Amino acid sequence: MANKHVNAVVIGAGAGGGVVAKELATAGLSVLLIERGRWHTFDEHGDDELTSQRTFPLKCGYGPDNEHNWRMASDGKGGWIKVFPNDWAYGNNAACVGSGTVSYGAMAWRFQPADFHLKTKYGAVPGSTLDDWPLTYDELEPFYEKAEYELGVSGDPTNDPFVPPRKNPYPMPAFSFNSEGIILEKAAKRLGLHPFPIPMLRNSVPYNGRPACIRMRTCVGFACPVNAKAGTQNTVIPVALKTGNCELRINCMVSEIIVDDKGKARGIKYFDADNKLQEQTSDLVVVSASASETARLLLNSKSSLFPKGAGNNNGWVGRNIQDHAYTGAYGLFADKLYDDVGPGACIAVNDFNHRMPDIIGGGVLCNEFIRMPYQFSSIRPSGSRMWGKDHKDFQKLNFKRHIAVHGPVQEMPVFDKMVEVDPVVKDFWGIPVVRISGFRHDNDIKVGRLLADKAEEWLKEAGAVQTWKSVPGKGSTPSQHQSGTCRMGNDPKTSVTNRYGQLHEIDNIFVADGSLHVNNGGYNPALTILALGYWVGGHIAEMWKGTHMK
Amino acid sequence: MINQSFSRREFVRLLTGGTAAVLISFNTACKNKISRWRYLQEEEIGLLDAIVEQIIPTDDFPGGKWANVSNYIDKQLDTYYINHQVEYRDGLAAFEKTVIQLKSKKFEELPFPEQTAILEKMEGGDFPGEYWKAHSPAGFFDMIRQHSMQGFYGSPVHGGNREYISYHMLGLDYPNVIGQNRYNDLSWRKYNPNSIENGK
Repeated sequence: MANKHVNAVVIGAGAGGGVVAKELATAGLSVLLIERGRWHTFDEHGDDELTSQRTFPLKCGYGPDNEHNWRMASDGKGGWIKVFPNDWAYGNNAACVGSGTVSYGAMAWRFQPADFHLKTKYGAVPGSTLDDWPLTYDELEPFYEKAEYELGVSGDPTNDPFVPPRKNPYPMPAFSFNSEGIILEKAAKRLGLHPFPIPMLRNSVPYNGRPACIRMRTCVGFACPVNAKAGTQNTVIPVALKTGNCELRINCMVSEIIVDDKGKARGIKYFDADNKLQEQTSDLVVVSASASETARLLLNSKSSLFPKGAGNNNGWVGRNIQDHAYTGAYGLFADKLYDDVGPGACIAVNDFNHRMPDIIGGGVLCNEFIRMPYQFSSIRPSGSRMWGKDHKDFQKLNFKRHIAVHGPVQEMPVFDKMVEVDPVVKDFWGIPVVRISGFRHDNDIKVGRLLADKAEEWLKEAGAVQTWKSVPGKGSTPSQHQSGTCRMGNDPKTSVTNRYGQLHEIDNIFVADGSLHVNNGGYNPALTILALGYWVGGHIAEMWKGTHMK
Repeated sequence: MINQSFSRREFVRLLTGGTAAVLISFNTACKNKISRWRYLQEEEIGLLDAIVEQIIPTDDFPGGKWANVSNYIDKQLDTYYINHQVEYRDGLAAFEKTVIQLKSKKFEELPFPEQTAILEKMEGGDFPGEYWKAHSPAGFFDMIRQHSMQGFYGSPVHGGNREYISYHMLGLDYPNVIGQNRYNDLSWRKYNPNSIENGK
C-alpha cells in the first residue's frame, strides 16, 4: 500500500530535525519525521563505558551500528580504508531518536556575535573559505532563546563579561561547581580571567515536567536515567507527536530525495525497518541528517537537472566540513579532588574567544567531563609506559588527583576538507557511502597550541604538580561537532542554501542541521543547531501559509 | 579425559535433544576440541593469562588474570571482535614459538621479570618477526594491551572486571546506583582478597 502523502518529510530526528518537525506540526502541516535509528533508554545501556557514545571500543551504543553502516576514510597516502562507526576515523554522530542530544554532554553555548561575521572582523584568510554568515547574531538571538526555554537551559552569565548579548535570563539557575570547579575558579580569578558556570541543556531544578539533574558520573556518552538532560527526544519530538500531525517512522534509512524533471522535490525513497524499498511523497523535504549524512543524501539524489546531486550544480555540497580542533592540558595534583559529582564539566572562561591579539578565532576553555576508568587508562604524559606496574600505579595514584581543561578551537573552513560519496563502495542497503578527506588549516594548529598553553597555565596556577598538553594535529575526522557541508549564504555561487536553509537551486528542499554553519564557532554547536532548527522551521511555516509551496 | 579426536557430531549425539541445541551454539567456535572457552583454546588462555597479568599485574589489588581479562577477550572474540580471531590465533602461536626459540621455555614458565623484559622488547619493535604473518609483534602487543584495559576497566557485563575490582581499586563506588552514590568514598577501604565480598 502506498504511503499517504504528507506536506513535509523531515529526515533525521536529531537536534535540527526534531525542532523543525515540532515547528511544522504545530503550524498545522502534516509531517513525517523519519529516522534511521530507534528510541533508546538509559536502562538498556546502563553505565557501560565500552558501548557508550564517548568511548566505544565495542560499539556505539546510540548508533549507528557496524552491521549496516561503514565509510571510507583517507589513509593519508592517497588511498582509502573502510571504517566502521566505532572506529575513530569514521567520524561518528549518534543515530537514534534525539541523535546526539540523547547522549551529549549538553553544553548550551550561543556562538559569539563575531562568529557570524568572521570575514568582516579578520579579513580573508588564505587557504580558507572563511565568510560571514548571511544572518546576524541579533537575528538568531530570539531563536537561541526559544531553544533555551523550550528545551531548558541552566546557566548564569553574571560573571562572564564576554557573554553574547541576551534579552532574557536563562530559564533555570546555574549548576554549582564541583570540587575541581571550585579550585579552578579561584585560580582563574588570580590569573585575571573571568570564570563562570557552563550553561547546560540540563535541569538544575525541575522544569517542563522533567526532574532536576542527579549529578551522575556517567552523563556525557550516556542517556540520562531521569530525563534531566534535555534532548529533542524528551522535549520537542513528543510535542510534535502530540499534535497528531506528525508521524515518527524509525529504523528507516533514506536513500534518495526524488527530484523531478522540473527541478522540484517530490518526496523520498527509503528502506523501511524490513529493508524494503519504499516511496513517500511530500510537498517539501527537510534534511537534518548531520553534516556528513545530509551531504551524502543530497549527493546521492541525482536527477536530470542536477546530475551531481540535489542542489550541487556549483559543487559546494559536502565541501568545507568542520569540527573542532580540541586542545588543552592535564594536571596532576598532590591532593585528592575527585568528588564524583557529575557530569564533571562545570566551569568555563570566554577570555580566549576572539580576544587574543593577532589571533584569528579562538575557543572557550572548560574543565572536562569525568574521565571514566577505561578512558583514563590512555591519559598519560607522552613517553609514559602504558602497562605494567607503571600503568597501575598511575591509575591508583592519579584517578582522583587530576583535572583536564580543554576547549574547542574554531576551525577555519577549508574547501578541500570534504565529504564525498564513494564511487564504488556501498552500504548494507546498496547506498553509496560517505568518504571524508582533507586536512585542517594551519591556523587551527596555531590557535590550538596557544590555547593549550593557556589551559596549562590555568592548571599550574590551580596547584598542579605536573602538567602536560594535548594539541591538535592536521588530520581530523569530524564527528559529533561536524558542520559546514551545506553552507548558507547570499551568493548562490559560494553556498548551498539561502539564509533560511532553503536550497538555492531547489526551493522545496531545506537543510536544518550543522551543515548550514558557515563556521562552527569556538563552542559546542548543539544550541546553535537547535536555534537554526527554530529559524528554518519558523520560516518554512511562514512560507507555507502563503503558497503551500506549490 | 575426553579424546581429542572426538568429533563434534559424536559429541552432540551423546546429549539429549534439548541440551544439545544449547551446547551447539555454545561451542560454535570449537571445531576439534572441547573447550570451556568460546573461541580460544585452554593453552591459549594459559598464555594469554600470563600476558594480561603482565599488562595489569597484581599488587595490593588483583591483576588482569584474577579480573578475568582473558575471559573478556575470549567473549569479544566470539562477538564484537570476531574479525580479530585470526590475529589472536596466529599471534599467540607466533609469540609462543618465538619465546621458545629465544628462551627454550614457554612464556608462562618464565620468571615474571623475564616476561616483562620480553614484552618490553616486543612493544619497542625489537623482537624477531619471522613467525608473524599479517601483523607485527608490536602491533599484536598493542592490541592485547588495549583489550586488557577494556577487560579490566569496562563493565563486568562484558566478562572482565570481575566484581568491579578496578572500580574498587580506583575508589569508585559501584554499581552506580542511580542518584544514590553520593554518600561515601570507598578508597579508604583496604582491599581484602579473603573477604566474602571479594569472592573467596
